[in-house]
Amino acid sequence: MIRNMICIECPKGCALSVDIDNGKVVKVQGAKCPKGAAYAALEVQDPVRTLTATVSSEGLVLRLIPVRTNKPIPKKCILKAMEEIKKVKVKAPVKVGDVIVKDLLGLGVKVVATRDSGAMTRPS
Amino acid sequence: MIKRDLVIVGGGPAGMAAAIAAYENGVKDILLIERDQYLGGILNQCIHTGFGLNYFKETLTGPEYADRFMRKICSIPDIEISLKSFAVRLTGDKTLTYLKPGSLNEVRPKAIIMATGCREKTREMIHIPGTRPAGIFSAGLAQKLINIEGLLPGREVVVIGSGDIGLIMARRFMLEGARVKAIIEIEGKSRGLVRNMVQCVEDFDIPVYFNHKVLEIHGKDRVEKVSVAKVDSKMNKAAGTEFDITCDTVLVSVGLIPENELIEMAGVAIDKKTNSPVSKEVNETSIPGVFVCGNSFKVYDLVDSVTADSELAGKLAAEYLGSVR
Repeated sequence: MIRNMICIECPKGCALSVDIDNGKVVKVQGAKCPKGAAYAALEVQDPVRTLTATVSSEGLVLRLIPVRTNKPIPKKCILKAMEEIKKVKVKAPVKVGDVIVKDLLGLGVKVVATRDSGAMTRPS
Repeated sequence: MIKRDLVIVGGGPAGMAAAIAAYENGVKDILLIERDQYLGGILNQCIHTGFGLNYFKETLTGPEYADRFMRKICSIPDIEISLKSFAVRLTGDKTLTYLKPGSLNEVRPKAIIMATGCREKTREMIHIPGTRPAGIFSAGLAQKLINIEGLLPGREVVVIGSGDIGLIMARRFMLEGARVKAIIEIEGKSRGLVRNMVQCVEDFDIPVYFNHKVLEIHGKDRVEKVSVAKVDSKMNKAAGTEFDITCDTVLVSVGLIPENELIEMAGVAIDKKTNSPVSKEVNETSIPGVFVCGNSFKVYDLVDSVTADSELAGKLAAEYLGSVR
């Protein structure tokens, strides 16, 4: 069976033609780089996405801290993950890369801050 | 009147890259002004990933991309950064007037780089008839409300146009628990990146109506519905194809235009069609020593391209300063 899909690994958006046999990818055509084949394999087995969102803060300069998962998570878990992330409240200052959620939904994936919570000022 | 070698207007990705490149090419007397209370510009509200793949060879969110440049620029003492500083006038002899809380300032640099970015096209620019109720937002404004202010502008959304910001906001509304009922695109294909059609639209089963247009926005105090129809090859309504979509919110995502009011005031020649400066080379204008970079020169698809172009502007300004010194 041939399945057509667009690779989303980079802005080029290669149109892939994926030959699937018995649930496994046997051949990928149309990819301009090796990421395409890896993307197609995951997309057929268990599609994953990096989730970005915000968490609310209390007593910090920024009202919201933008966050991301440090690895892609299964697409089917995304709405559940949003529910978890919405429960979080950050009270102590954080820096880019600081861990906000240690283990999201038991997936072994961290949620990390993508912006410093305080204003960026010149070190004095 | 303050004198400077180089002034940069705008502290987004373009202004920061231009300032750092000018410094690295020998300019040691630089003032960068930014109207917001933070550096980073629009990247701060672009919390999604997809930035930096060309420049850093990794995929970053907007705030992470900005953070790398903020750290670098803040470590260079020769670049003075003036936040909450709003440029209001530029003259042909490069005198820039800017407001700062409590003061009106004038600076006359030998060279100036404008990195003022672009603005979203509005409903008025594409002439969508109807009433003027609450609930109509440009996609970027909705992005700021959700990602910076923590406010959800509505529950049932129709997106007009399929620009990248509109697609990204469609996903964002879905993640925040709102429902995106339709994306209406007058052309036969998306204006945004094809990857955004996949990860923002298909992933969330959002209906897209290509070759359709919004005929009218209805609602008294708040948006109540939009009327939609198919268009023919001349972009006119195809008879008998009208239908209504009930919604409380309309997002407009129909393109961006460079912001160049200040240099126009100074007498720089502007192409009225694109709102870009008329110039032979990238980043240059009709006034020597006045440079424009990033999305205020032309609207780029990727911030990586903005950075590359702006680094070139910084270098050009340094060369210009070397030649007039």
